[in-house]
Amino acid sequence: MKSKGAITPLDRQHSYVGRNLSRDKAKRAVNGRGRYTDDITLPRTVHAAFVRSPYAHAMITDIDVDIAKAEEGVVLVMTGAELKELCTGPWVGTLSVFPTMKTAPQYPMAVDRACWQGEPVVMVVANSRAAAEDAAELVSITYKELPVVAHKETALEKNSNLVHPDLKDNLAYEKVIDTGDVGEAFAGADHVVEATFDFGRHTAVSLEPRAILASFEKDTEELTIYTSSQTPHMFQAIIARTLGLPEHKCRVVAPFVGGSFGLKIHSFGDEFAATAASLKLGRPVKFIADRLESFLTDIHARENTVTGKMAVSSQGKIEALEIDILSGVGAYSQYPRTSVFEANQILNITGGPYKHQNYKARMRVAYMNKVPTSQYRAVGHPIGNSVGEALVDLAAEKIGMDPVEIRRRNIMEDNSYPRTTASGIEVADMSHQKCLETLVERMKYDDLVQERNSLRAEGIFRGIGIAAFIKGTAPGPAGYYGAGGAPIASQDAATVKIEPSGNIICAVGVTDQGQGVDTVMQQITAGAVGVLPEMVRVIEGDTDATPYGGGTYASRATAIGGEATYQAALALRAELLRLAGALLQREPETLDIIDGNVVDLGTENIRMPLAEIGRIGHFQVAELPNDIQPQLSHTKRFRLNDALYIFTNGIHGAYVEVDCDTGFITLLKQWVVEDCGRVINPILADEQVRGGSVQGIGGALYEHCIYDDQAQLLNGSLIDYLVPMASEMPDIDVAHVQTHTGVSELGSKGVGESGTGASPAVVMNAVNDAISPFEAKVTVQPMTPDVLLKALNRI
Amino acid sequence: MAYDFLDIKLIVNGEQVSARVPARMHLVDFLRMELELTGSHLGCEHGICGACSVRVDGVVVRGCLVLAAQCDGSDVLTIEGLSESKEVVDLQNTFVERNAMQCGFCTPGMLMTAAELLAKNDKMARNEIREFMSGNFCRCTGYHAIIDAIEITMEARREEERS
Repeated sequence: MKSKGAITPLDRQHSYVGRNLSRDKAKRAVNGRGRYTDDITLPRTVHAAFVRSPYAHAMITDIDVDIAKAEEGVVLVMTGAELKELCTGPWVGTLSVFPTMKTAPQYPMAVDRACWQGEPVVMVVANSRAAAEDAAELVSITYKELPVVAHKETALEKNSNLVHPDLKDNLAYEKVIDTGDVGEAFAGADHVVEATFDFGRHTAVSLEPRAILASFEKDTEELTIYTSSQTPHMFQAIIARTLGLPEHKCRVVAPFVGGSFGLKIHSFGDEFAATAASLKLGRPVKFIADRLESFLTDIHARENTVTGKMAVSSQGKIEALEIDILSGVGAYSQYPRTSVFEANQILNITGGPYKHQNYKARMRVAYMNKVPTSQYRAVGHPIGNSVGEALVDLAAEKIGMDPVEIRRRNIMEDNSYPRTTASGIEVADMSHQKCLETLVERMKYDDLVQERNSLRAEGIFRGIGIAAFIKGTAPGPAGYYGAGGAPIASQDAATVKIEPSGNIICAVGVTDQGQGVDTVMQQITAGAVGVLPEMVRVIEGDTDATPYGGGTYASRATAIGGEATYQAALALRAELLRLAGALLQREPETLDIIDGNVVDLGTENIRMPLAEIGRIGHFQVAELPNDIQPQLSHTKRFRLNDALYIFTNGIHGAYVEVDCDTGFITLLKQWVVEDCGRVINPILADEQVRGGSVQGIGGALYEHCIYDDQAQLLNGSLIDYLVPMASEMPDIDVAHVQTHTGVSELGSKGVGESGTGASPAVVMNAVNDAISPFEAKVTVQPMTPDVLLKALNRI
Repeated sequence: MAYDFLDIKLIVNGEQVSARVPARMHLVDFLRMELELTGSHLGCEHGICGACSVRVDGVVVRGCLVLAAQCDGSDVLTIEGLSESKEVVDLQNTFVERNAMQCGFCTPGMLMTAAELLAKNDKMARNEIREFMSGNFCRCTGYHAIIDAIEITMEARREEERS
């Protein structure tokens, strides 16, 4: 690897990296010309609707579809048992990297037993969605209700009802890590603080619901799928393997994707059923989830209870941390990425910014008769950071130290990397100290403290929150999905090529859902080759047109896909300079490429436009010496080596006001300083942080999938499930510290989850600071008004 | 199953449209499915998210809460018509420059609502803009950039008026 701080083509004056280039997709979106999956209709398209289990747990004893089948417009009715016959086998949502993990095998639709409310049982396909829904109401299903597991707190008790009797108990997975000597550290500690934290279930609520249009050509076995997906190649692999199709004949296209946030990297039974219907009918089949279906069947996340305690010296040194995680998941471990990552990430990252070396953590994951949970933006981090940062504040309060000061004394030093955290993860290239001091300055912390104190005297209760964080981004190949047996690429790839016109095409395996991944690749390519950004067109989201890759999730697009693009662009640049050298009879080392022209290095006198090389390279190769074989297209892949993740770091600040009579929280301002390494496009990076922070605030204050004792979801609409709207959200000040990662030449780390990962932590700390005069503490999220009023002993 | 159908005549984006529609069909389904105006989006179908916002007889409504049959004789404007009219081209350009959208799914509805706000030609404080826009859900941006874009456009229009 290149030594850090070396000048690369991206650092030059003519590079377009580091600039606020506008997104092409945005130009379409503002005119209503984005094209999402539901906007695409093919000739003879038919539409799927589903009959879903109304019970959280029930045997399916009889299904009568005759009346539905006879309806005008209905072309197919398929039961779960019929779909099972079209599958090569069940899904099993385990990974070998979690060796003792267990789950029950699962088919895309319930076969003889429904295990959560909303699980698909029968599919009806008709010539319109309305006709399919009408006919679905005429399907008659007889159920025999079974005992329900509705609470994680009792799911692991000996006499609990069972989600899957074959598994003998409801324990999906248990893991313990124990480093240093936690027992001794607690026994000898000056002070110990302790609390139990409870986090409610919430879900992604992408504004565009899950969507698929599957079109199968029976004669050639070619399947084309348009779907709102972050991971087209993974979807291609899984759909082909589940339905027994030749993988290379399955094309998956992700057109405009209307929000995803980790929702659209999983396998959902209704999407597989719709595809199976296309196989059976030889016609395009469309399925678009409605909002109720989204609440009932999209993956949920976050339902965890964590008990934590921290040992601290009177001087403010964190000596030890111990946590116990009880994670409530759904009826199956979500295929193919599992449902245990959230707890595993809590275990990995809690207390991650700090230097203590005594750490003990246990995680237990319990199945329940609820919709499966899995990876959603910042997996586990909102919980781990909330727990860790709340304990740090409790420790500070105990010893009478300022929350900034205790963090200053315990965060890892900027010159101390690489190092290993107490949980055993390797971290490098971090900047906790610089981020903390930047935050204090930007918040005008001392002034804010003064303002808070003087307002408190007037009966206005404002609070200041601080929350440092680490965030695992860009997972490497050693740890998880691919290594665990799932068909998910951890490396990624880019092809960069010159066209006869001299313009550049860049095709990448990572995908864009509005973050501006395509624009980032455009800037990297333009910067590395030496062309104007408008000379570069980026292609993504189509398995036929891009090299094989993992797609976009876990803040990996720029860190992994960006490096692949950079290397491919450098390879093309090197070839273009060789070709120019041959044509100009010059040493390539004496030439440069700037804004699409080959120029003399240094003087920048234009020698020839790239269009000339494009023309000769493609059409008139006779002008080149015989020993030169133009390639004009370069594909590079990039993989991490041993690192589990490229860890990033940062720190949030928040200023809130609590109305102690109503329990309402007003967010006045939030600050984020984060370190994503090299920033390719500042405005895109800023908005990732802002949007992510508000998504975290949603979980901290409003969002909650509320279930009753029979595991029935009580709030499956946007009327009852609250999301952050413009009037409640604060302005968010964002700053970036740019410590390049040493694992790539590009130097970028992930940025998409830095907001979500610590926003709940900082808001909870600020709220607790606001109500500290009442000696009250909130340890429950979402922090709804009733939670606040209970904490304040008002109700 | 038997449906009632109704004949309607209306103006959509300045063009005369005659159609026979099921009585139960929403305006936004009619616009999307029958007229292929896919710029209006369906996010919740129960009137909360605002992604289907369109203008009917000069007023912004939720396209999922209005029946196509109710619009007989009406003048309907969608994002496609709003764009072609250039009424908010300055706002649209500022949305792009300020990156006031990510996935873009909420954007047509946001622009419809913001156009109504800009037409008021009032000077509004930032929190008032937030309040006005609070019927449109955006999951991506956190709203800060959207409020910026509206504020910038509002200020630029006032500046232009002054000069």
